[in-house]
Amino acid sequence: MERIDSKVCLLGASAVLSMFLLGGFAYGQETKSPEEPAKVAAPVGAAPAAAPAPKLPAYFSGANEDPKKPLWPDATGAASGVWATPAGDAKGDVPDQLKGGDLYDRIVHNLYSINYVWVLIAGFLVMFMQAGFMLVETGLCRAKNAAHTSAMNFLVYPLGCFAFWVYGFGIGWGNWFNGPVPPGWYASLGPGLAALNEGLGIGAALDAAGKATGAFTYGLIGTKGFFLSSAVGDVSVMVLFFFMMVFMDTTATIPTGAMAERWAWKNFVLFGLWVALPYCLYANWVWGGGFLAQGGINWGLGHGAVDFAGSGVVHAMGGVIALAGAMVLGPRIGKYDSQGRARAIPCHNVPMIVLGTFILAFGWFGFNPGSTLSGTDLRIAYVVVNTMLAGIMGALGAYVALTFKGLKPDPTMLCNGMLAGLVAITAPCAFVDPWAAALIGSIGGIVVVYSVFFWEKRGIDDPVGAISVHGVNGIWGVLSVGIFANGAYGAGWNGVVRDSFIKEFGSDGVRGLLYGDFSQFVMQALNAGVVLVFGFVMAYVWFKVSDLITPIRVSKEVEIEGLDMAEVGVPGYTDMPEAEKQLGFGSPVQKSA
Amino acid sequence: MKMVEAIVKPFKLDEVKEALTKAGIQGMTVEEVKGFGRQKGHTELYRGAEYSVDFLPKVKIQILVPDELAAKVVDVITDSAKTGKIGDGKIFVTSVEEVIRIRTGEKGADAI
Repeated sequence: MERIDSKVCLLGASAVLSMFLLGGFAYGQETKSPEEPAKVAAPVGAAPAAAPAPKLPAYFSGANEDPKKPLWPDATGAASGVWATPAGDAKGDVPDQLKGGDLYDRIVHNLYSINYVWVLIAGFLVMFMQAGFMLVETGLCRAKNAAHTSAMNFLVYPLGCFAFWVYGFGIGWGNWFNGPVPPGWYASLGPGLAALNEGLGIGAALDAAGKATGAFTYGLIGTKGFFLSSAVGDVSVMVLFFFMMVFMDTTATIPTGAMAERWAWKNFVLFGLWVALPYCLYANWVWGGGFLAQGGINWGLGHGAVDFAGSGVVHAMGGVIALAGAMVLGPRIGKYDSQGRARAIPCHNVPMIVLGTFILAFGWFGFNPGSTLSGTDLRIAYVVVNTMLAGIMGALGAYVALTFKGLKPDPTMLCNGMLAGLVAITAPCAFVDPWAAALIGSIGGIVVVYSVFFWEKRGIDDPVGAISVHGVNGIWGVLSVGIFANGAYGAGWNGVVRDSFIKEFGSDGVRGLLYGDFSQFVMQALNAGVVLVFGFVMAYVWFKVSDLITPIRVSKEVEIEGLDMAEVGVPGYTDMPEAEKQLGFGSPVQKSA
Repeated sequence: MKMVEAIVKPFKLDEVKEALTKAGIQGMTVEEVKGFGRQKGHTELYRGAEYSVDFLPKVKIQILVPDELAAKVVDVITDSAKTGKIGDGKIFVTSVEEVIRIRTGEKGADAI
């Protein structure tokens, strides 16, 4: 693929972006890779930029001086140990005869192996979160729609994955290696990621010889890796693809909850193929080295947009798409009485919801700690503990809020509370103290209770609370980085190293306003604004347009009878009396005027 | 022959069955039903909005007995199913024209 010059790139600038470019100045720094769940930050307390870094071997730097030779010995993974094991490289098994360089090679191979295994296992956990979403969303619906709701949760995985493979990964991560990174950074999943080096943006960076480096002052979109073409054929890329794919499917399955019990199947299928577009564009801006990640080096706003595991990229995006979808669809029949007052439409299976919540909470131990993209980054210990604390405090926060409102501890709301805490900690999990994680989670749990009632009062019918859990708390999570990040982690994040901070604090980790960097909060607020506006506009337009292709909502008759037979041809339950499916355990109260 | 139909609270089923067995009743048919009488339903809150539980779960027991046993069976059920609180249920007694045992073709009281 040819590199495209900046004139062409200008054409790709979006309107949303241009609002934020005022006052920006070009920063022609040579940049390398991304930000994101990827980054391995420099050690705590390290003072970068003191002396020029020693030259790293190609398998750390990703710089290939001899293009004829592969970047690293194990690009295909087919060497099965040739690089790693004694005797494999014909050097013999005699330790005395191995030189320092040989040992170094083998240690590095083990380093990558640990990182791979960690990220893959974390990704497996994240994939399993699909099961959790299915249980939560289906349990919160009525029995007459159980087959339809669970089928949407099922098929969104194949549909989303297909779209991600065809175009999503390419636009999201195609220019990953040209994103801004800290000094001394290495690609924790191997130098093969250097292949992700083509994209579009504004202000192409030039090297000393005047040649475009592939980096941009404002990165907008990646253009390499569609269909995982052979140009990116490297084990490093495969791991990154897998991990990023399972993340996207979380976003994809959030709207199926808010839009459940009335969304027409065919329209949903189109959505499943489309959702990779807004997701991967925004992911490119924050995680793929794009203009929001570059907000630190371009605009002097903290470390640019910092979103460790995706409160914004994954959850706020999913929540805001869910909001647009619920608005376009309108409420379920019977949700509001003639005076417009909200009525309860009880769920059909509480144990499903609780089981699903546990599966999601379990999967989150892959979601957040896996986002180091490195099993040798020991910060995973903090990430795990912060994730756990925020989750439990979310459930307790919801309990307190319910009690305060004089309500019983409705388990569906307690589950929403735990998920809200987990969503909120997803962005700040690596950057905050445990007390802050507990506070962030408990605020999330309280907010979700009030948020559910808030949207309901405004006529937005969200059967599962997805808008409140993922949208509202996703935004809270993004903002909370800018408040509570304590500066201990993320030195040089997104390529930002400020002498003034090193002088004052010893290092330049990610800091919120409570720890002396108000500009980080400004950047987080800006980032939250982008995901809200961009996600909502994209989704609203999409749902309106796709409604013209195939109707977004089922007919009134189908909705009343239940979507199962009409839409997917099988009932969710064969052993349940029809009257039970219609009524569930209760019916909405018809209040007199 | 009489058909005694009793609608009782579900958790009373076991007690009623024991008492009837003791009284010499040899068979019964049971089904789960829902409904309301004077007890009516009640309202609860789900995610902050009110819903009503109109149809309360009950168990319906059907017992076929010779005419002379009907009064005794009614007494036994009344005693064993009673909690004294609202919603204990009702008993209906109706006449049955004919009974046939499918296996043997026996009819009337012999088929009970």
